[in-house]
Amino acid sequence: MMAAALMSVAVLLALAPAGIALSMHRRGSVIVYGASLVVSLTLLVIALLNLLDPAHPILRATLPVGLPWLGAHFRLDPLSAFFLTVVNLGGSAASLFALGYGAHERSPGRVLPFYPAYLAGMSLVVLADDAFSFLVAWEFMSLSSWALVVSHHREAENVRAGYVYLLMASFGTLALLLAFGVLAGGTGHYDFESIRAARPSAALASLVLMLALLGAGSKAGLVPLHVWLPLAHPAAPSHVSGLMSGVMTKVAVYGFVRIVFDLLGPPEWWWSIVVLAIAGPTATMGVLYALMQRDIKRVLAYSTIENIGIVFTGLGLALAFKAETMDWVAALAFTAALLHIFNHATFKSLLFLGAGSVLNATGERDMEKLGGLIHRMPQTAFAMLIGCVAISALPPFNGFVSEWLTFQAILLSPALPSWGLKLIIPAVGGLLALAAALAAACFVKLYGISFLGRARTDAAAGAAETDRYSLTALFVLAALCLIAGIFPGLFIDALAPVSKAMVGNSMPHQAGLEWLTIVPIAESRSSYNGLLVFAFVLLSGSIAALAIHRLASDRLRRAPFWDCGFPDPSPTIQYSASGFSQPIRRVFGTVMFRAREIGEMPPPGSALPARLVVEMQDPVWETLYAPIAKGIAFATERINILQFLTIRRYLALVFVALVLLLLVLAIW
Amino acid sequence: MVLDLISQGGQMLLVLLLAPLLTGFIRKLKALLLRRRGPPLLQPYRDLIRLMRKDVVLAESASWLFRVIPYIIFAGTWVAASLVPTFGSGLMFSWSADLIAIIALLGSARFFQALAGLDVGTSFGGIGSSREVMIASLAEPAILITVFAVAMIAGSTQLSTIAEFMESSAVGLRVSLGLALFALIIVAIAENGRIPIDNPATHLELTMVHEAMVLEYSGRHLALIELSSYLKLLLYVSLIACMFLPWGAAAAHASVPALALGAVAYVVKLAACGCLLAIFETSIAKMRVFRIPEFLGAALMLALLATLLRFVSGSL
Repeated sequence: MMAAALMSVAVLLALAPAGIALSMHRRGSVIVYGASLVVSLTLLVIALLNLLDPAHPILRATLPVGLPWLGAHFRLDPLSAFFLTVVNLGGSAASLFALGYGAHERSPGRVLPFYPAYLAGMSLVVLADDAFSFLVAWEFMSLSSWALVVSHHREAENVRAGYVYLLMASFGTLALLLAFGVLAGGTGHYDFESIRAARPSAALASLVLMLALLGAGSKAGLVPLHVWLPLAHPAAPSHVSGLMSGVMTKVAVYGFVRIVFDLLGPPEWWWSIVVLAIAGPTATMGVLYALMQRDIKRVLAYSTIENIGIVFTGLGLALAFKAETMDWVAALAFTAALLHIFNHATFKSLLFLGAGSVLNATGERDMEKLGGLIHRMPQTAFAMLIGCVAISALPPFNGFVSEWLTFQAILLSPALPSWGLKLIIPAVGGLLALAAALAAACFVKLYGISFLGRARTDAAAGAAETDRYSLTALFVLAALCLIAGIFPGLFIDALAPVSKAMVGNSMPHQAGLEWLTIVPIAESRSSYNGLLVFAFVLLSGSIAALAIHRLASDRLRRAPFWDCGFPDPSPTIQYSASGFSQPIRRVFGTVMFRAREIGEMPPPGSALPARLVVEMQDPVWETLYAPIAKGIAFATERINILQFLTIRRYLALVFVALVLLLLVLAIW
Repeated sequence: MVLDLISQGGQMLLVLLLAPLLTGFIRKLKALLLRRRGPPLLQPYRDLIRLMRKDVVLAESASWLFRVIPYIIFAGTWVAASLVPTFGSGLMFSWSADLIAIIALLGSARFFQALAGLDVGTSFGGIGSSREVMIASLAEPAILITVFAVAMIAGSTQLSTIAEFMESSAVGLRVSLGLALFALIIVAIAENGRIPIDNPATHLELTMVHEAMVLEYSGRHLALIELSSYLKLLLYVSLIACMFLPWGAAAAHASVPALALGAVAYVVKLAACGCLLAIFETSIAKMRVFRIPEFLGAALMLALLATLLRFVSGSL
């Protein structure tokens, strides 16, 4: 099976150069995306077979490539199998979508070669079993996605996004490189098996944790390392945006889990404080940023940051409980994080692909130029509605289940002995609750402004329903959101071997419980049954509808809307995206973004209209990145004089440097 | 088993039948406090029946979602309301959704309500939705954190278990429960659109929140939305009653007389809470929209304090 997996990845790699040739061909995109779909499905089946195999086999393979004394090690264990499932589920959906969407690409030559390479890179990261192949695959994934981000390079904004992305990706890889360096230590054994066997000292292990947080966190989008994400994710073609947000951030989480839960050994008690202190603010700030946007894809990208915050909250709790050897609660928190990873991959891919359909049909990403799409694109609108409800963590869809499990883990945390955790966990719980409520607000806005109401522009009024490949992809993902929401027990059971391998225990077996209820600890403590809740809501809604239509009235007539007596047919009377979030901006934004509303009045006698201008500042950019950029600019100005020295001075410099080095060596 | 099923079914019908009465009672009482005669106690029932019989006048720009949403809101609220113990804690299906899930169900109802406000594409619908999500973004975390505090004291998020725990002597007098009660009351006022957050009787355009969202609804759709808001008020009163006034409620698998006693106790609790709400509403003025965050922020802080106390000390 391992051979089949590696063969599939090799096919994807071979598709990349073929993509260059095929991009000239009329049906090139169909061939590339079709082949990617088949390979992704194959990998998905392999991963699922491995994950669901009751024996939980660990498959290994070594290829004679890479470093001559090391070779390339690959391994498929439950953790890899789970992430391989997520990667290729997203990959299959995106490829299916692209079968229709890719036909509209203006410059296929800039997308087709990199797309299969990108898919291959992500699968290789989760399969790699030594530091060298891991880092090579990681860079491969980063660079191919960078190429896709700048594929529409004529827009200045995309080029800037690509630049920031490249900088942050290099920084992240550097951190990971150092982390693996510290892990391998003096022995220089870079395969994960030796790293696992060598136990680093507490100080070194803590250093590795920090480096892993920097390296994987910058790729996943943890605040304050998230700045590239909302620029780069929306810039790529939509199916690639879906992959970057729904899948690549998960590969980053995989990197963190692999290093911290697997390679590092038993955690220190205070590690979880660091992780939680980053995760909580990431969740809340991510969604607050999202609420301030009006570009659909940018809203979705910021919301990814929020969801990564939720995932890392689960991981942080799992670390805390693992350190106190309460492994049954650690299993609960860890499973919650994994389930949220899967859930987020489904609904975020769905939403990005849906946004791609809208972009394709209208040419607009700005919500304030859309509106009324539910009339013009009813099927896309229906699938998007499911995605929006699911990501807002509302029952009976899947987003709710994973947040519910995270909350259950939080409720068990008063048992933790450490005072730091006692103070930080309630705060993180509060931030998570706030993020959940704000996410609902954010997706009411996204859906309500762009899909409901009346068309604000001709482009929106003339939109047509998207093609059937794209629709199939959307509906498959939407169905997964519902299935994972009403049968969560099956998914929790599938994750049991992963949590067993990483935290030493798994959640109690759920599939045997009556009515498919999920019971994380004991029934007297908490239980949830998505199936019954769904059935009850469906049943009582239909009973109400039936009873009222039969017994009371079923007549209906159409009339112009009323609007409290001011029926103005102009679509500009509708709320705009920024208008919708104005109350929330006033409540939260005045502190966080220093948001100000300035009414600009024209001078007396002028015929210009008065304008309302909103000013906002990005706190992370202002306090962290702007000073760094300033510092670099300052330093380069100073060093610049070295460029204009005479040859004698250069020789003197070389001489002084040599002497200094020799002195250092002598003292050493 | 059979008795439990009857008790569950009875509860579903009971909340549906009692909800308009509670609203009628509060309206009557408020009128009397203002020395008006007020509408008859049963007026809400008559309103509902009248509305259901009328034609629906649907805006031309309304989508299919607009027509489905009243049923979704009603179903979500009704299911949530029938999972909150009223006269007895032995509900057959109480394990299918714990307190967090009940709050999330109400969240679903509100999500769709806010979407309905945006569907027709009017300015007032937008104003209502936009303010509603602002209020919800503060009220929902406040109630979730309140639930955390209560759940950590009772050792369960299961509402029937919490109710039984609160009735037992193990609970004692705790500071954190007091804070949680205070936070819950503030949230209940906000969630039901009562004064000082929103005025359920207003039709002055710029002050509406809930009414603005449902402005385009008519006939049976409006009836369902009205009924849902009555149900939601009943739900919050039942929630406060079952967590903080648990006396008299029948335990699980109780006998028929115990259930009857529980029902009487429940009606008394409803009446008492209704009186308090009416007095509170007549004695206070509505707030400006941007004072609401401060009011709800207080609830959020109280709830957080309650949770923190529980973390810091097992007995507070």
